Amino acid sequence: MAEPIIQIQHLNKTFGEGPTAVHALDDINLEIMAGEIFGIIGLSGAGKSTLVRCMNLLERPTAGTVLFNGQDITKLKTRELREARHAISMIFQSFNLLMQRTALDNICFPLELIGVKRAEAVKKARELLKIVGLEDKEKAYPAQMSGGQKQRVAIARALATDPKVLLCDEATSALDPNTTLSILALLQELNQKLGVTVVVITHQMNVIEEICHRVAILDGGVVAEQGAVADIFADPKTDIGRQLVYPNGVRIDKLPPAHVIRVAFNGGSSYEPLIASLAIDLGIKANILGADTRNIDGKAFGTMLLGLPESQAEAARAIEYIRSQPNVTVEEVPDHG
Amino acid sequence: MAEAISAFWTQYGDLLLVGLRDTLVMTFVSTFFAYVIGLPLGVLVNITQPHGIWPRKWVNRILGWIINVGRSLPFIILMIAVMGFTKLLVGTKIGVRGAIPPLVISAAPFIARMVETSLAEVDGGVVEAAQSMGASVPQVVTKVYLPEAKPSLILGASISLITILGYTAIAGAIGSGGLGDLAVRYGYQRYIPSMLWTTVILIIVLVQIIQTVFSWLSTKVDKRLR
Ligand SMILES: Nc1ncnc2c1ncn2[C@@H]1O[C@H](COP(=O)(O)OP(=O)(O)OP(=O)(O)O)[C@@H](O)[C@H]1O
Ligand SMILES: [Mg+2]
Repeated sequence: MAEPIIQIQHLNKTFGEGPTAVHALDDINLEIMAGEIFGIIGLSGAGKSTLVRCMNLLERPTAGTVLFNGQDITKLKTRELREARHAISMIFQSFNLLMQRTALDNICFPLELIGVKRAEAVKKARELLKIVGLEDKEKAYPAQMSGGQKQRVAIARALATDPKVLLCDEATSALDPNTTLSILALLQELNQKLGVTVVVITHQMNVIEEICHRVAILDGGVVAEQGAVADIFADPKTDIGRQLVYPNGVRIDKLPPAHVIRVAFNGGSSYEPLIASLAIDLGIKANILGADTRNIDGKAFGTMLLGLPESQAEAARAIEYIRSQPNVTVEEVPDHG
Repeated sequence: MAEAISAFWTQYGDLLLVGLRDTLVMTFVSTFFAYVIGLPLGVLVNITQPHGIWPRKWVNRILGWIINVGRSLPFIILMIAVMGFTKLLVGTKIGVRGAIPPLVISAAPFIARMVETSLAEVDGGVVEAAQSMGASVPQVVTKVYLPEAKPSLILGASISLITILGYTAIAGAIGSGGLGDLAVRYGYQRYIPSMLWTTVILIIVLVQIIQTVFSWLSTKVDKRLR
């Protein structure tokens, strides 16, 4: 993770002119390191899509530079840019598969563009179908596949040219929580096995929490804060950070002074039994201060703020206990009140 | 009744068959050449628009203007107006050959608009995905726009064929041959109602066949529908 692979410097993007102009991005500075999974999170309209589309120049920045492997891609000629794009793949919320092509032929598509022979392309496409777990869907058309399957095909297609970077714009937002988790697991696996750098755009905090190493929080076209995911989660410094990290944007300065922890559920058993067993097994009563959780097929997703007893020892035992549960992460909320 | 039909057929059967053949030749040959011009024109108009994949303001305006002028000229006037050119091109102003150039000139702009509309139906996200993979403008056209719009283009082709079939009947009125010519000469001028109605029925049947075949084909090639 030594070298930066994408560097964004003083990036500005304005749509339109005059009084109706929209300043979508304002002096963005980011470094994405080779081999990492970098998250960009923000509310709707924060400029996330615009930012990620500036990374492969689907959107032309109004000002600033975008360096890929040290080279300013905003200066490239059309042909050079097209070549650079083979190394920067993208997947989308709406999958964007060719509807008149089978899964296999969709994956062959980027290879056709660079003139790879049919037999070779098919061989590569089959390997990729295997990697994304869809060997049996080779002949299926997008209309015959589920959302999750379509996104897997899109991922396989994005990987066909052996890219260095995979840009994911809300790649899981159209999927249910279970499918989201499986796609995130796939992205993580690809990151580890192939070493591909992944940039994840999302408005869902659990996506960041699940796979990202570092995160930038975007708010109104500026980077509000950025850093290691663990640090931002443990101690968000800005209002927008707190709003995103804590359920329903609970004001932590309004929380009681005792121990408060933030529990994130990622498909484990639902949360009521957790609170109940905390009381039964340890005799500790936790107080739900805020929650934003959903139960899907008996599995819990989302986050919850719990108030724990004042006693340091009891709180520590409770944290230990919750931490030992599957598919749950716990952090203490620092210095509130 | 049967005798009357048999007598009618003995007298006019050959004429009708020749008329039918001429109509089919005029319709299909003209449609073919109209697509040779109209398809690239429609693609160009689509891709050169401001948010197209190859924005060229002036090319777009000029092509749009040419198409609009072409579409606003009534066929019968156009046919007479281009007669000199027709003579130059195919050596005659009349008959099946003489009808084809004006039919092509008249249908090409119409087809260009149909093609443009079909391409506009292609999901912009897919086009963008192709661009993000480094597809060039010709690659987006040949590998994304045209294949993805195929079902719609096929439906468009049936509308084009039927429209041109209608034009051939008008061409018949000024001496191009075909079913329209028979309807005018025998049905109208000599007042033989059975000829008039036979040609009408033949044209209705042709339209039905074209529509059915192309609708079936469009559904058959469309992989979104299964
Ligand atoms: N092509 C465009 N023309 C004009 N304004 C645009 C365009 N694209 C985006 N914007 C504006 O730029 C701002 C940022 O939009 P963007 O799509 O990047 O937000 P986002 O963070 O991706 O939001 P979401 O979570 O809803 O996808 C918004 O105010 C949007 O209206
Ligand atoms: Mg967006």
